[in-house]
Amino acid sequence: MSASREIWGYRRENGRVAVRNHVVILPLDDISNAACEAVANNIKGTLALPHAYGRLQFGADLDLHFRTMIGTGSNPNVAACIVIGIEPEWTRKIVDGIAATGKPVSGFSIEQNGDIATIAAASRQAKKYVHWATALLRERCQLEELWIAAKCGESDTTTGLASCPTVGNMYDKLIPLGAYGCFGETTELTGAEHLCKARAATPEVAEKFIRAWQAYQDEVIEAYKTSDLSDSQPTKGNIEGGLTTIEEKALGNLEKIGKHVRYIDVLEPAEAPSKGPGLYFMDTSSAAAECCTLQAAAGYVVHVFPTGQGNIIGNPIMPVIKLTGNPRTARTMSEHIDLDISGVVRRELTIPQAGDLLIDMIATTANGRCTAAEALGHREFVMTKLYRSA
Amino acid sequence: MGVPHLLVHDERDNVGVVVVEGLAAGTEMLCVITANNQDFSLVAAQSVPIGHKIALQDLRAGDTVIKYGEDVGLLYADAPRGSHVHTHNLKTKRW
Repeated sequence: MSASREIWGYRRENGRVAVRNHVVILPLDDISNAACEAVANNIKGTLALPHAYGRLQFGADLDLHFRTMIGTGSNPNVAACIVIGIEPEWTRKIVDGIAATGKPVSGFSIEQNGDIATIAAASRQAKKYVHWATALLRERCQLEELWIAAKCGESDTTTGLASCPTVGNMYDKLIPLGAYGCFGETTELTGAEHLCKARAATPEVAEKFIRAWQAYQDEVIEAYKTSDLSDSQPTKGNIEGGLTTIEEKALGNLEKIGKHVRYIDVLEPAEAPSKGPGLYFMDTSSAAAECCTLQAAAGYVVHVFPTGQGNIIGNPIMPVIKLTGNPRTARTMSEHIDLDISGVVRRELTIPQAGDLLIDMIATTANGRCTAAEALGHREFVMTKLYRSA
Repeated sequence: MGVPHLLVHDERDNVGVVVVEGLAAGTEMLCVITANNQDFSLVAAQSVPIGHKIALQDLRAGDTVIKYGEDVGLLYADAPRGSHVHTHNLKTKRW
């Protein structure tokens, strides 16, 4: 597959293509969750995104909080956004950040108003946004206008044989046409870091990757490890699936970037890509919900998620397409799997054929097909926190 | 070619991956190297679950296990040809 193809998406004010049309009720901080959930309960067709943080953070950790909040509200899959915070200043900072996209956004703060008056005012505005957003029509867009992120989870040895190379094949086909891609999972490249470094587009990007990878080794693993990380990396599920060491897991993981494409920049967590179309590496945790939340905050609108043993992750604003090459998982966890490519391990399906099936599934999902995770209500929204609050 | 029991990524590898459920000890396995599509046969010395690794040759404690043509860790117990390779005899060199 090399020819371009059309999908039906929403064209946003800043030109970006969306595949979903959410009206999001976004809390600035943990204590504003209740008001946001009340608004979402009042006004059908809205989506509250409760989370655990936003108070007494500082420095790089606070920067990441704002980047994640503003990025989430700015994601093209969000048609319009309500922000509710305990006080007006930081609420306004998030509103202003989201407003830079040109989309409708309003902020409400609770101090001196109380929850009930805030909920009433925000509900009235949210209802207007729902009417406006639901009147928008999908229009013809090009598939390669999509920003497609990837992360694998509950991996096993079939991940490296089938589902990750399938994602890699998709990137090898779509990125030369102008798509944006993103992979991350800094720790989980340990054992394949030399191969990942070699896939950078320039020596400067390669050095940037190695700095991010080494910083995690030095600042987190060396500081906090006990005897080793073997109880977490590989996970118990990975080990059940036959993966023994982090090196083996990493080599399978890296299959997601295909055979030819090179990554053109290294992103901070939740940082939006700024070097144009291409593949990006993002410095993320390997925990699925954290990684997906950061990629959505960077502006990615579709996610492809290879799994071996059956990770069930979803994301509230970015559809997560699950694929597996493990025939047992395809059978026992079929309700979680959007694309069964277990024919690869039976040698009935080649990787390029599986890649084409994945591209078809991305297009169908972009057109509006509900993913397994969406149908099952998986909306894991998990902020990354860098260190303890003040 | 029939449906393989064991897939090997690279011709340099000394382990392969079981890709069928219920593999019983004594099964003569059809093994395929995915990089070049060459096949060979090997008898499974043990019953090994789907997804788990089998030694392609007699491996000794202290040997490096190679998969994807790369170093994936150090054997700390012997793994005869056809036997199961996992956490009971293989450990990371990293952490």
